[in-house]
Amino acid sequence: MTLSRTHGPQFSDVQVGDVLPLLKLRPVDRTMLALYAGASGDHNQIHIDIDFARKARVPDVFAHGMLSAAYLGRLLTGWVPQQQIRKFSMRFVGITQIGHIPHLTGRIAEKFEADGEKRVRLEIQCANQYGEPKVVGEAVVALA
Amino acid sequence: MADKSLIGRSLGITTSEVEKGRLRFFAKAIGETDPVYTDEEAAKAAGYKTLPVPPTFLLCLESEGRNPQAIVEDIMGFDLGRILHAEQEFVYHRMAFAGDVLTFDTRVADVYEKKGGALQFVVQETRITNQDGEHIADLRSSLVQR
Repeated sequence: MTLSRTHGPQFSDVQVGDVLPLLKLRPVDRTMLALYAGASGDHNQIHIDIDFARKARVPDVFAHGMLSAAYLGRLLTGWVPQQQIRKFSMRFVGITQIGHIPHLTGRIAEKFEADGEKRVRLEIQCANQYGEPKVVGEAVVALA
Repeated sequence: MADKSLIGRSLGITTSEVEKGRLRFFAKAIGETDPVYTDEEAAKAAGYKTLPVPPTFLLCLESEGRNPQAIVEDIMGFDLGRILHAEQEFVYHRMAFAGDVLTFDTRVADVYEKKGGALQFVVQETRITNQDGEHIADLRSSLVQR
């Protein structure tokens, strides 16, 4: 079952194994990295200056890991109101290159109760168009 | 070359005011389409007092009052061209909004190696509070030099 994004999901309506609606974004380009550098305050030249990248023996600039993390944040806040997010953690397992198309996916891995509220643990991932994972993580979300 | 003597070292306590313009710029940069993050009326209609700070932007504000490149190069002894973000964790206690003044208390939580020293990791932890002393979130960031 694919969970609705338009009506806030209810704990009783979701099951382990349910998936969140796929969020597929535009291909990553240099302008996006320049904007993210400015907006995030992460001015590491490896993401915006190809001359610097080459001196560091990297063939080209590549995306900030936290840009993919922000996309995962969009996956979560597109599913539940942000105040329901309790925890959000991730590992950066691959480099997102120019031209990669972020595909954000999520799956309910566990239903449980903690601190007096009903919660679900989500397994979430940002992969490219070839299915190669770039950021893998999990989130804990409270549901009514 | 990072070493274990860094564990426990404070990386400073900084404060940062959350600005609406920066929130809107960040929303643009990540392609955000939900008006809650850019339009105050939409935010209020969703029950928020004003524009909310989105989930990952707290890390951006954390680095605002410090010089992350100097921390990475001078304190950790890392080469900026060789570091990668390995892991990131956010634990949320309450939301932050435009106009809040947030305090970021950051310290080195761990230093370790993998692959016989070929990979060096430094883990930082940050406690975030707002202007009323309320606990907003805890961050945990792991950097690796390859």
